[in-house]
Amino acid sequence: MSNPLLEVRDLRVEFPTRRGTLTAVDGVSFAIAPGEVLGVVGESGAGKSLTGAAIIGLLEPPGRIAAGEIRLDGMRIDNLPHEAMRRIRGRRIGAIFQDPLTSLDPLYSIGRQLVETIRTHLDMGDAAARRRAIELLGEVGIPAAGQRIDQYPHQFSGGMRQRVVIALAIAAQPQLIIADEPTTALDVSIQAQIIALLKRLCRDHGTAVMLVTHDMGVIAETADRVAVMYAGRIAEIGPVAGVIRAPRHPYTIGLMGSIPSLVGEREHLLQIDGTMPRLNAIPTGCAFHPRCERVFDRCQRERPDLLDAGASRAACWLYASGSRKEGA
Amino acid sequence: MSPTGRPEGEHRSAQHEGGPASAGADVLLRVAHAGKTFDVSPPWLARTLGGQPRRLLHAVDDVSFDIRRGETLGLVGESGCGKSTVARLIVGLYRLSSGSIFYAGESVAALASGNAPRSLRRRLQMIFQDPYASLNPRWRVADIVAEPIRAHRLVVGGKAIRARVDALLSHVGLAAADGRKYPHQFSGGQRQRISIARALASEPEFLVCDEPTSALDVSVQAQVLNLMRDLQRELGLTYLFISHNLAVVHHVADRVGVMYLGRIVELADKKPLFATPRHPYTRMLLDAIPDLAMTGKARTPVAGEVPNPLTPPPGCTFHPRCPHANDRCRSEVPKLAPAPLAGMVACHAVEERRIPIVAERA
Repeated sequence: MSNPLLEVRDLRVEFPTRRGTLTAVDGVSFAIAPGEVLGVVGESGAGKSLTGAAIIGLLEPPGRIAAGEIRLDGMRIDNLPHEAMRRIRGRRIGAIFQDPLTSLDPLYSIGRQLVETIRTHLDMGDAAARRRAIELLGEVGIPAAGQRIDQYPHQFSGGMRQRVVIALAIAAQPQLIIADEPTTALDVSIQAQIIALLKRLCRDHGTAVMLVTHDMGVIAETADRVAVMYAGRIAEIGPVAGVIRAPRHPYTIGLMGSIPSLVGEREHLLQIDGTMPRLNAIPTGCAFHPRCERVFDRCQRERPDLLDAGASRAACWLYASGSRKEGA
Repeated sequence: MSPTGRPEGEHRSAQHEGGPASAGADVLLRVAHAGKTFDVSPPWLARTLGGQPRRLLHAVDDVSFDIRRGETLGLVGESGCGKSTVARLIVGLYRLSSGSIFYAGESVAALASGNAPRSLRRRLQMIFQDPYASLNPRWRVADIVAEPIRAHRLVVGGKAIRARVDALLSHVGLAAADGRKYPHQFSGGQRQRISIARALASEPEFLVCDEPTSALDVSVQAQVLNLMRDLQRELGLTYLFISHNLAVVHHVADRVGVMYLGRIVELADKKPLFATPRHPYTRMLLDAIPDLAMTGKARTPVAGEVPNPLTPPPGCTFHPRCPHANDRCRSEVPKLAPAPLAGMVACHAVEERRIPIVAERA
């Protein structure tokens, strides 16, 4: 990857509390190339949504970026003043959230919301912006866009609302879209439609996507690469096919095995005992070591960084050269 | 007892009609033509002054199925298809509008009116989706689990009750010491274990599980599903397992019913249902799941959405989305009938053999 569009380096997100500072995202680094879809997967509390929020500058106080840097097209965006960040958000980075009903203002027609977004970011008159809005609604697959543009969010179904949110996100043709659980609130048949739509739009416009989700199935279908997060850190990152077919990190292996499949018959699902640690009780060394079946003494003492592990990179001492290790 | 590999009566479900008298010895729960309508009319004043009509929502319409002792019946469908309403009808949280439900030959109608025999209430328990909402936050876990024991006087004496609660907690993988804590001190998965312990406290035979793992992360879901399967083995439980997640249903169920807009459109043993789905809606659902094994393959998204249940389309309610629909489908409601080879399907196209029987999937 020669010229990444988005580059995140050693990102740390902290929440100061009365009882000390909690580190929710700790030393996360990754890059997204233009037109690439990076999936970020993890269980609740892994820090995946916070990573996305930090990138678009929507961390809720008291949460703050405590260290690291975020670059968009080479320019640092993590330390920009509010106004400058506001201009980037929407124009160069679009956002899609889980619940389309909270992303839309119930008091304005969707046309008005689209026109407002378009005119905020692009130099366009009212009439032209409205024509563009109808075009966008058509592009995201809303039938009879010309009539529906004057309707209000409550007049749309959940799937149609999410299409409107996607239209808003791509209105100013951003280079990057951060999609946080965009299909989680939708039924499976609608989910398939929205994923197909996202994929088509990215292909047509060359938009890069950071797709945050807990659903490995969605990642498998959509992403080019995937980052698996655990307790605020990336446990494994690599090409989707590699991570899904041959996961390297013991956590990824457990995670993949715990997903019920439609193929084959299994008496028991693979089970990782215990739960993800709370932020105020992150174990020393590798945060996964108390739940890991292949733990050894180094895991308890030293925290692993991402190491080469075949097709992907895994933060696991099993892949350190010189430590005991088994053939792949 | 054994939840899988039941050689006897593989296709018995295909022949059920009629009342409880004809119930086979192994049928534990029989739902016969059950229906539930909700009155969603505007208020009286608006109706009288504004001339607005009464509106009825048919949440469940003519649903029939049997559950045999020791098996797991999975019920799948998208939101609003009526699967949770079926669960609530069975345990008596809703009153039936039409049809009947019999548990071991006894009508459960009395459950909803509150004067059911205690024994019936004890034998049927429910596990809900949201373990944050279904446990009383002001009660200690030990009291939550002990409540059914006290209510049904299953064990008498404080010490004996405490011993029983401890045993239940350790049975679901919690420590006896956890009984002194409050629900907020537990994670989602642990709370669902508490819900299960409470359900088991009354020594039931039958558990209605309404999306029991939908609020949980996958690794925690795996723990709870494994636990439920072990408990079924040990205690000989019978499950009605409701989920929107086909992969989860595939993992837990012996037989599967697929619901669409208040009706069962297909009911079959798990294997044929997933290998050779017959109803176009079942096929659509199966095509729509992102499957890890299919990495890279594009699935075919299906056009359309579930129609508004207040104004369902005439005839087969699936016809606006169905590629095989013809005039008959647009006017005549298909009945659930035995399909060629296996299972039961409510589809004119399948009955008329307009849809070819597909070869095994995957």
